[in-house]
Amino acid sequence: MKGNNEVRPDNEVRLEVTATDTGPAGMPVVSLRNVRKVYGGAAGSKVALQDITFEVARGEFACVVGPSGAGKTTLLRTLAGLAQPTSGEALFEGTPLRSVPPGIGVVFQDYGRSLYPWLTVARNVDLPLRVRGVPRTERAQRVAEVLASVGLADVGRSYPWQLSGGMQQRVAIARSLAYRPDLLLMDEPFASVDAQTRFELEDLILRVRQEFGVTVVFVTHDIDEAVYLADRVVAISKSPGVVTEIVDITLARPRDQIATKADPAFAHYREHLLGLVMNR
Amino acid sequence: MSSHDLSNAAGPGLAARAANSAPARALTRVWLFVVLFVVWWFWSAGSKSLYFPPLSSILKALWNQWVTGPARAELASSLEHLLVGYVIAGLVGIGIGALLWSLRYLRDATSPYLYFLYVLPAPVLVPAAMTLFGIGFTMKVVLIAFAAVWPTLLNTLDGMRGVDQVKLDTSQVLGMSPLGSVFRVVLPAAAPQIVAGLRNSLQVAIILMVVSEWVASTDGIGYYIVTAQQGFDYVGMWSGIIVLAIIGTVANLLFVLAENRALHWHYGARAVEGTRP
Repeated sequence: MKGNNEVRPDNEVRLEVTATDTGPAGMPVVSLRNVRKVYGGAAGSKVALQDITFEVARGEFACVVGPSGAGKTTLLRTLAGLAQPTSGEALFEGTPLRSVPPGIGVVFQDYGRSLYPWLTVARNVDLPLRVRGVPRTERAQRVAEVLASVGLADVGRSYPWQLSGGMQQRVAIARSLAYRPDLLLMDEPFASVDAQTRFELEDLILRVRQEFGVTVVFVTHDIDEAVYLADRVVAISKSPGVVTEIVDITLARPRDQIATKADPAFAHYREHLLGLVMNR
Repeated sequence: MSSHDLSNAAGPGLAARAANSAPARALTRVWLFVVLFVVWWFWSAGSKSLYFPPLSSILKALWNQWVTGPARAELASSLEHLLVGYVIAGLVGIGIGALLWSLRYLRDATSPYLYFLYVLPAPVLVPAAMTLFGIGFTMKVVLIAFAAVWPTLLNTLDGMRGVDQVKLDTSQVLGMSPLGSVFRVVLPAAAPQIVAGLRNSLQVAIILMVVSEWVASTDGIGYYIVTAQQGFDYVGMWSGIIVLAIIGTVANLLFVLAENRALHWHYGARAVEGTRP
């Protein structure tokens, strides 16, 4: 239990960015400014996001938590450039998001739907490299590397559907890291795997984001998961979606499933966020 | 549009079962054929009926006419019509299906007419096709292609419309252009349904191959059968019918083999799904 008290100096450039601080050095990887998203026409319109403003600094691990129906998936789709805000601005590295930029990777919740079942594991991972015109020899090397990073060095020739759920989600993570994005977006990625696998995958993602130096925005409804993973947790409330609070998580790194979660500070963050999400 | 209930008459399940057929299962199928063959052989052996000649003489005619004799030309001509017509139907069906899928306004505008043409029994178009294209090669190929295009076209449209949004989102995230995602994602994802359409198209193409040769033709298997029947050559007629049955069987067999190769991932994934709790 002692381990988590020794605060390691953080290697990452972590910036407490305010809305006005957008100079070149401290430019956030992604920023949302007064983003509002309304679905449907004037008659039957539904407000998915009311007014969302936050930024994520380079190297940061940000979690977005909120109850179901709070527009988390809409938020992630907006961050990815898959959906356009009705009003407000979504910027990736200072440029408004009109489509998905090459520097963004996305891991969807449902690996069964996002992996392509007609391609082997290696070819799934290879696909974004192929699309980007990476030379063949380099591609093979990168696919092998990234599969090894997620602990799947030996399954390249298998098809995704031949693997367990946890392994399939590792393939999806490998595929989104293969082209070395600046920003990795994850939409409740571990919601469909069992608890044990979930812990393994949480530690995996903490390790690979160091290894690949990627900024992560991780959407989840699980507060324990958010606190365990994040540098900052953005709590959004249920309809209409607004940011209720942004909580800095200063728990020591590297984090540990047992030690970190036994830290009194962990319980404190957990309690505070639970209150926010449950609207008490 | 209303293609959904029309198009999927032959689901991919049939081929999945065929794929699973081990030699043991093949044997289960063969025995009945052997029994029927033997029964037919002995039942018809002493037949004096003009209409139901002995199987032995039919098979003799089959050999003398279709394998070594002059009817080989009819066979070649029919197969040529079938092949050209079917390939056109497949390519046009997938092409137009994909086009209608990508252009929503065109799809909405054409949908009632597509259905109208789809339900029209193609054989009634023979007179019109004759008027327009004469009685030669072109008429037959056009007729086969026109009749056979619909199952593939409607299944392509339907299959593409059913592609999971997450797969399309993923294609954008991975950096594909819209056209790239059609080839890399939409076509493979819709392939099981497209293939089911192609299989229906094949059946229709074989039917139209014969029908187009009945009415106005100077060659082909259909022409041979009708001529034999009109000339009281019932042995020849039966031999032609058997040849047609063999063509249908072989074509279907080749199709299933190709399908199992192309869609092995689909059947594999479905089998896994079935075993998961």
